[in-house]
Amino acid sequence: MIDPFIALFIFMLAAFTGHEIISRVPVILHTPLMSGSNFVHGIVLVGAMIALAHADTTVGKVIGFIGVVLGAGNAAGGYVVTERMLQMFKSSKDKKG
Amino acid sequence: MAMDTQMWLTYFAKASYVVATALFILGIKRMSSPVTARKGIEQAGLGMVLATLATFAITGSHNVLLIVAGIAVGVLPTWMWGKKVAMTDMPQMVALFNGMGGGSAAAIGASELIKYSGTGTAPPTSIIAFAVVGALIGAISMTGSIIAWAKLDGRMDKRFTFSGQQYFNFAIFIAAALAGAALVLWQLNTPLVITFFVLALAFGVLMTLPIGGADMPVVISLFNAFTGLAVAFEGYVMQIEALIVAGMVVGAAGTLLTQLMAKAMNRPISGVLFSNFGGGGAQQEIAGSQKPIEASDAASLLYMADKVIIVPGYGMAVAQAQHKIWELSQALIKAGKEVKFAIHPVAGRMPGHMNVLLAEAGVPYDLIADMEDINPEFKTCDVAIVIGANDVVNPSAKTDKSSPIFGMPILDVVDARQVIVIKRGKGTGFAGIENALFYADNCKLLYADGKEAANKLISELKAIESGGGH
Repeated sequence: MIDPFIALFIFMLAAFTGHEIISRVPVILHTPLMSGSNFVHGIVLVGAMIALAHADTTVGKVIGFIGVVLGAGNAAGGYVVTERMLQMFKSSKDKKG
Repeated sequence: MAMDTQMWLTYFAKASYVVATALFILGIKRMSSPVTARKGIEQAGLGMVLATLATFAITGSHNVLLIVAGIAVGVLPTWMWGKKVAMTDMPQMVALFNGMGGGSAAAIGASELIKYSGTGTAPPTSIIAFAVVGALIGAISMTGSIIAWAKLDGRMDKRFTFSGQQYFNFAIFIAAALAGAALVLWQLNTPLVITFFVLALAFGVLMTLPIGGADMPVVISLFNAFTGLAVAFEGYVMQIEALIVAGMVVGAAGTLLTQLMAKAMNRPISGVLFSNFGGGGAQQEIAGSQKPIEASDAASLLYMADKVIIVPGYGMAVAQAQHKIWELSQALIKAGKEVKFAIHPVAGRMPGHMNVLLAEAGVPYDLIADMEDINPEFKTCDVAIVIGANDVVNPSAKTDKSSPIFGMPILDVVDARQVIVIKRGKGTGFAGIENALFYADNCKLLYADGKEAANKLISELKAIESGGGH
């Protein structure tokens, strides 16, 4: 098991990372970036898959299944809409070509 | 021997998670610059596929059919839905997918809490505590996002308020927190777990109901950060470092993004969440009258202008007029006029949304100017065309202290020599406030659907150029 204090350190460092990597985002990318980060937390799918794999009771399986469906929806939907939005961002050169 | 194989498979999965997490962080970083943004989402996508496939090395064959079925049920409809949804509806789709992520995190918390309920073999307190906190945040994010989606999608009245609402909501939140604390400190039992979840889910609905549509972008961004946090906490519960890091990175980035958006709208986050926006309060009377203009006269104004600034708003996108407006701009550019697009930070439904919509119509982004850059230019501009924008050009935000939008930064359209507002009718904007611009001396209103108006302007302009008129 991860020591809770090690976990707190990971939380802290990851928080600084998240803050730092987007700190210079231009306004035009706010919406795509929100959508993109929305996609990234779709990684919750992995947790839900493992929770479902460990489930033995019917209730556990139902809850785990719901978790997997929702997590997969978050990841797939999040990817498609972000990709579509970012496809619009072509520089003027790309367009003329 | 079998144990040994499982150990190696777990190592393989964990190594894949390290790579996936690095791809997520690089992906998000690249998504914060227009040049690399498309690469960024592809990289993050690669990370997601890698992490998902590697997870099968851990889960093995137990419930594997259920897992595959769950992924299929989750992926297929959202993928197809995401592919065909109109660009204008993107914000509510983000809200919906975010709600699903929150729900998934809450489900992980629920499955762990239920598993140990009444068994007497409780895991360490830290695990239960993280499961409860993650589930609380995830559940709030899920139902809150669904309400946000319903509001933006026009499925629900804009606001719902009653007296004492804030106290009532606060009481529900405290009750949910107490139930959660009891699970951690007292005992795990199924009725208490259910009570906790009902309260948390209810709070998500209740806190979002009184928030008006204009503030929804900030709220969606906040819920996005919430889901990130919930994922990080449930990641500790499941002991998966990738969830902890990716969730926390999104939680922090989402929080910063929420602050940036709130700043762009000049609305403190506490104001968004706790104060009732729009309606009520006596506003100043606006002097003057709204003066209509015909398309032919508007076209002559454009014909005589040297510099034209177009101010698009969400109404233009709803009317699907962006392509026609770009056509009109091209005609003006061809006639030797300087044309620019002025974008308010919150034009559309979210910061940057309007840029996406214009880009879709083919407008190159060197013609698109941000508020700070374009505002001084209105003074030297002959004609400003406002299409489908309302609150973001309302000078009351600068002059009328009693106006609910007082203090919000606006585009100084009123400084232009002549303003033409293309509008369907005499209604008010998203915030439900009268617009002083429409009554200004230099403002004329062209009452028409956005697309139809652009079409008329194009043909009238052609008629003038060919020397004919009608």
